[in-house]
Amino acid sequence: MTGYLFFTILALSLIAFYVGRTTASRFVAANRAEVHSRPIYHGAFAAVWVGLPALILVLLWLLMQGAVLDRLLLASLPDSLTEGASASQLSLYLSEIKNVASGRIFSEPSPEITAAAERYSNWQMIAQWAMVVVALAVAALALYLARTRMAPRFRARQNFERALDIVMIFSAVVAILVTIGIVVSLTFEAMRFFRLVPPQEFFFGLNWEPQIAIREDQVAGTGAFGAVPVFTGTLLIATIALLVAIPIGLFSAIYLVEFANERVRGIIKPLLEILAGVPTVVYGFFAVLTVAPAIRQAGGLMGIAISPNSALAAGGVMGIMIIPFISSLSDDALRAVPQSMRDGSFAMGATRAETITRVLLPAALPGIVGGVLLAASRAIGETMIVVMAAGLTATLTANPLEGVTTVTVQIVTLLIGDTAFDNPKTLSAFALGLVLFVVTLCLNVLALRIVRRYREKYE
Amino acid sequence: MADTTTSAPKPFNWSSPEAAAVRKRRYAADRRLRLYGLISILTAIGLLGVLIASLVATGHSAFLQTKIAVEFTADPANVPADDPASGNFRAVVSDAVQRLFPGIDNPRELRTAAGILSNGTVNIVRNYVAGNPQVVGSSFTLNVPASDPYDQLYKGVIDRDLPEDRRRVSDAQIALFQSLEERGLVSAPFNWGLFVNADSRFPELAGLAGAIVGSFYALLVTFLISFPVGIAAAIYLEEFAPKNRWTDLIEVNINNLAAVPSIVFGLLGLAVFIQVFGLPRSAPLVGGLVLSLMTLPTMIIVTRAAMKSIPPSIREAALGIGASRHEVILHHVLPLALPGILTGTIIGLAQALGETAPLLLIGMNAFLTTPPGGIMDPATALPTQIFIWADSPERGFVSRTSAAILVLLGFLIFMNAVAIYLRQRFERRW
Repeated sequence: MTGYLFFTILALSLIAFYVGRTTASRFVAANRAEVHSRPIYHGAFAAVWVGLPALILVLLWLLMQGAVLDRLLLASLPDSLTEGASASQLSLYLSEIKNVASGRIFSEPSPEITAAAERYSNWQMIAQWAMVVVALAVAALALYLARTRMAPRFRARQNFERALDIVMIFSAVVAILVTIGIVVSLTFEAMRFFRLVPPQEFFFGLNWEPQIAIREDQVAGTGAFGAVPVFTGTLLIATIALLVAIPIGLFSAIYLVEFANERVRGIIKPLLEILAGVPTVVYGFFAVLTVAPAIRQAGGLMGIAISPNSALAAGGVMGIMIIPFISSLSDDALRAVPQSMRDGSFAMGATRAETITRVLLPAALPGIVGGVLLAASRAIGETMIVVMAAGLTATLTANPLEGVTTVTVQIVTLLIGDTAFDNPKTLSAFALGLVLFVVTLCLNVLALRIVRRYREKYE
Repeated sequence: MADTTTSAPKPFNWSSPEAAAVRKRRYAADRRLRLYGLISILTAIGLLGVLIASLVATGHSAFLQTKIAVEFTADPANVPADDPASGNFRAVVSDAVQRLFPGIDNPRELRTAAGILSNGTVNIVRNYVAGNPQVVGSSFTLNVPASDPYDQLYKGVIDRDLPEDRRRVSDAQIALFQSLEERGLVSAPFNWGLFVNADSRFPELAGLAGAIVGSFYALLVTFLISFPVGIAAAIYLEEFAPKNRWTDLIEVNINNLAAVPSIVFGLLGLAVFIQVFGLPRSAPLVGGLVLSLMTLPTMIIVTRAAMKSIPPSIREAALGIGASRHEVILHHVLPLALPGILTGTIIGLAQALGETAPLLLIGMNAFLTTPPGGIMDPATALPTQIFIWADSPERGFVSRTSAAILVLLGFLIFMNAVAIYLRQRFERRW
């Protein structure tokens, strides 16, 4: 239904385009010299006027309809049900009503719920038809208004271009809106979490056990939300990843820039880039299927007990993933060093290795550091490898052979399958997400700034 | 000072043994560095090779499916001719098994024998009869998938020479299966089911159709949003925006967004699209929205780079003959930059196709036995399907997971190849 509405709006907008163009052609035929814009702009002007407002209206309507209907539905429930009910109870009612309305009945619902479900289906239908009618009315009105404004001297091109400007500015602002959305939603939910769990416990507590009793009488943990083991686990895995990736990436970049000829470069660079293009869920599966058993076997041969979800396996595979980031950013940094510095060094009689270690690397260091910081930010934020290959229990350890958990693993495990957002367990995921966002943001800003400042020096 | 005569540096004897030793050391260091570089590159490429080799080694078997030719009889006593779909197909199947192994009459052994056929056999027979009602009352032969352990056995994943207690099929089961093999009823054709079936609890029936359709819808939404919005934002920032603190802020912001961890976008989608706007969980619409927000920065950066590479002379020529700035861009700059933009779009979409974490958070890891019918239906996507299968305990899912990964990588390689082709076909040097 909504899809047809979009097509209808598109079709109306096309019709408007033709109306506008033929009208303007008639002006041109009548008095050629006086027409301000070409007919195609009259058409475009009409099309934008008809299509855009209707489209925006429908999108806003679709976004708001669910929330508004929920609000109305709750208000319409009898007081006997809603009196003193908690937020989770209310949302439970809502989902029951919706289930009944869509015919998914498991047990006989109470009469209030059945009545509400009937109301809900009714309202939904009304809302949908109202949307269609309003959207078409807006489109028709816009077509009429656009048509009345058209005249030989009408500045259709300027009007059309102004509409384009607005669309473009809005698109550019979307990027800001996304950031604001991230910050606001994460802080909002994290605030709710910190109202339940004091921040000092979250940031300095040493015990992470987010399992909490869902019912009052249930025998389960009360939940401990000290995130330090989660943070250290993340750092441990990221450190292992960087220990794998930095030497391999850096030496590869040195070889590619200073030793390899063009043909070798042309083959090896795309091969390394494949490593960056492999989806991370594939690396996760690789870690579980191949790397973790291999590490366990190697440990078994040497008589060392290695946990099946060792930090080493997850970190090592993550290191493979970030090799191309480090190598390509170091590559850029090394290439940006001017040729005159190499020539100068060679003229002094230095060998290639001496030129690289004493001249090029120090000169390219800021760029390389920037690249490493970006890679670190990626390692901290990487999800799928650790979700599949790292552990779930938060242990406070620096031993890479033990299982540790990371921020991203916890976010995923806390949120999969849970739909209630009013207990500290699910809300803690947002607090972890906020920490993750802030930390990676700082690393990124720092890295981008270093890289940019360094580039300007030679240009 | 008494002694002020500065003696000239002693002439250095380049051919002395010390100098030769120093030279040797320096050259050795040179070779060492070169060697380190070579070793690192070979390590990286070797790891890529191991990754692909292990996937192919475990995944190739899932592209074949062991099938058993079974003769079924749609006895009118079991299958009413006027409504064939409502027949008692369980009885049809057990009759067929009975005839397949004439020597067995003990019900327990018969049940073991029936276990050779896939758990979905009853449905397969029902669908066949419902589609061909004329077979009621006669016999017909269908190629039925073998159930997972026998599939593994036929492909040689289960070693028949292992002691009985260390494999998943007993000697008696192997004997039954071997009798079928000897009669030439077992075959392993290409597994089209991998592409046309939706997900299933039984590995021999599980396929990727649902995931492929879900990924398609999600990518469609991603494209429809991120392509126009990205291009519009890029045009504004590149051509119209004044250079002030606001546009600087937008620019820094876009670069940062490109590096925000994907799971944070998942949290955003969960909190905003699902909680605030009440959009349905698990829907490709929400998945596509989240992925498009992630792809947007890439789109903007790529489009700006493509527009920057168009030389100013073209803009000036168009301005010179009286075009407006919008006309310059719409008629000249954008068409010339389009190949670059398309290349970037495909690469951005390829990234979105492989993205998993945000889809997990918005619930696109649902277990569904039918492909989604639209962008509002619950769905799963290729990477999340891989994640689900990787978690499944059945052995058959290990090879399915690898095969699914190979399919995903196939799509990615195809998209990247198109991007490279576009770049080479339309690349223009100014």
